Amino acid sequence: MKLIFEKSREGRRLSILPPADVPHTALPQDLCREAPLRLPQVAECDIDRHYAALARRAHGVCNGFYPLGSCTMKYNPRIDEEIAALPGFAGIHPLQRPQTAQGGREVLSLCEAMLCEITGMDAVTFQPAAGAHGEFTGLLLIKAYHEDRGDMARTKIIVPDSAHGTNPASAAMAGYEVVNIPSGTDGCVDLEALRAAVGPDTASLMLTNPNTVGLFDPNILQITRIVHEAGGLCYYDGANLNAIMGVVRPGDMGFDVVHLNLHKTFATPHGGGGPGSGPVGCKAFLNPFMPQSCLGGTPGEKSMGQVRAFYGNFAVVVKALCYMLTLGAQGIREAAENAVLNANYMMHGLKGTYDMAYDHICMHEFVMTLDKLKKETGVSALDVAKGLLDAGIHPPTMYFPLIVHEALMVEPTETESRETLDEAVDVLIDLAKTARENPQVLHDSPLHTPIRRPDEVRAARSPKLKADLP
Amino acid sequence: MNIPAELSYTKSHEWVRTLPDQTVEIGLTDHAQTQLGDIVFVNLPQEGDTVAAGDAFADVESVKAVSDVYSPVSGRVVAVNEELLDAPQRINEAPYEAWMIRVEVETPPQGLLSEKEYAKALEEEA
Repeated sequence: MKLIFEKSREGRRLSILPPADVPHTALPQDLCREAPLRLPQVAECDIDRHYAALARRAHGVCNGFYPLGSCTMKYNPRIDEEIAALPGFAGIHPLQRPQTAQGGREVLSLCEAMLCEITGMDAVTFQPAAGAHGEFTGLLLIKAYHEDRGDMARTKIIVPDSAHGTNPASAAMAGYEVVNIPSGTDGCVDLEALRAAVGPDTASLMLTNPNTVGLFDPNILQITRIVHEAGGLCYYDGANLNAIMGVVRPGDMGFDVVHLNLHKTFATPHGGGGPGSGPVGCKAFLNPFMPQSCLGGTPGEKSMGQVRAFYGNFAVVVKALCYMLTLGAQGIREAAENAVLNANYMMHGLKGTYDMAYDHICMHEFVMTLDKLKKETGVSALDVAKGLLDAGIHPPTMYFPLIVHEALMVEPTETESRETLDEAVDVLIDLAKTARENPQVLHDSPLHTPIRRPDEVRAARSPKLKADLP
Repeated sequence: MNIPAELSYTKSHEWVRTLPDQTVEIGLTDHAQTQLGDIVFVNLPQEGDTVAAGDAFADVESVKAVSDVYSPVSGRVVAVNEELLDAPQRINEAPYEAWMIRVEVETPPQGLLSEKEYAKALEEEA
């Protein structure tokens, strides 16, 4: 496939950009480029075909089943897009006078109220652009709180070894030292290890619940109490909120700060179709340290400062609000229940064929371990994932969590029908059969995708990051 | 699995070689590199840094995952194998030559495993 730059021809034009409706202002000469930016020069037809070709080579929730664990690739309802595209929303400007943007302000304030109800928090900022940015914001919030109390000794963030990689990364970026604690044999937090790790240097614990192996930690109240008694705060990573929204609230579990992924739980597009949105919620005692009110305005005296301009990714908030209004309180709860039901249904269908890392009733996702299959047949989790591609199914998350060998982590989400789940189970059972009868087929998979197996090792060792243009 | 008799080992799959000048070299075992798969990136400390026994001093990244490398000893880093930064595959090709750091130890290392003990630990893990 040609790059759009390679399709460029000098002087070719199109007319989809509207004429500027504001007066031109000359920029100072020292801020201007010396040579014009080398943008591709193409016709509208070329652009259309270029993006259509890219779409054909990609796999999104509109193309087929997408059970990518921990990513909540649920269907993105069309009505959310339609509402966000209404001229009053699409044409809104953050510097507009507030009295001319009351609808936009209502969206933010209503969405804040609903997210507070769902999470058990008291305030929300929509500034963070995505999940990891939310984590970073939440940790700076925690830091601002401890520093305001004059407690400068809290330099450590406790993270279980099953955590999402972003947790320790965000903690390190916020200037904290990361303390890893091992999980128990049941995949949940080891209370003794936690007790041993907390102390006067604990700033916070970061946790997902349900955790990354798809289990709801039964000791959650004890866990948050242990951290609070040591003077630390509890941070809830909202990556797995889809399993519990409308059923239990992080705030009631003892968490002080949460981040949500509107692009996961609240059905706004992601994985190439974003942008994301990672709002952060907090309990009232932390509100003075928030970047600013979700309606903007001057940040408070104790504010940690803004993490992004204006109101964050506003259009994404519109879509998430539309999603919540469409579902209603009962529907939100049903979505979570069906997400859990779908995961258990699939896990049950696969149990006789694949080993489960933890043989419990799961929440919204489950983890299989292909360790034995690999030892017996040489077929790895990667090979099975590649085999799924030929069946038109996006592979599950691979080799995560790190505490499970040859892991495949499956999250079907609530938007899939029983037929889709049955089909996927049949495909996976077939692949296990192929692994035993003719493993080479899977080593060679995929055969029918636009690109077969990319050389991941060479791509990582010697990445080629720019095109050689003529 | 290749486990040279003259080296010492840790349960977290590092090897330790004591050099004639009593500094020690630390690297990753053959088992570790097999488990990790093709290593594509190595993050090493700097000369002069201190390391503490049981703490992570480096991390290695394969196409599958990023893993910490733990120091079996406490002391000061006197040399870093910078060749690995450009050629991390050396760890896959020759794990016992691809040392990561040399450390001037404070106290003699304790609790290390012999070749036989490490082989046994691997069996138990499997």
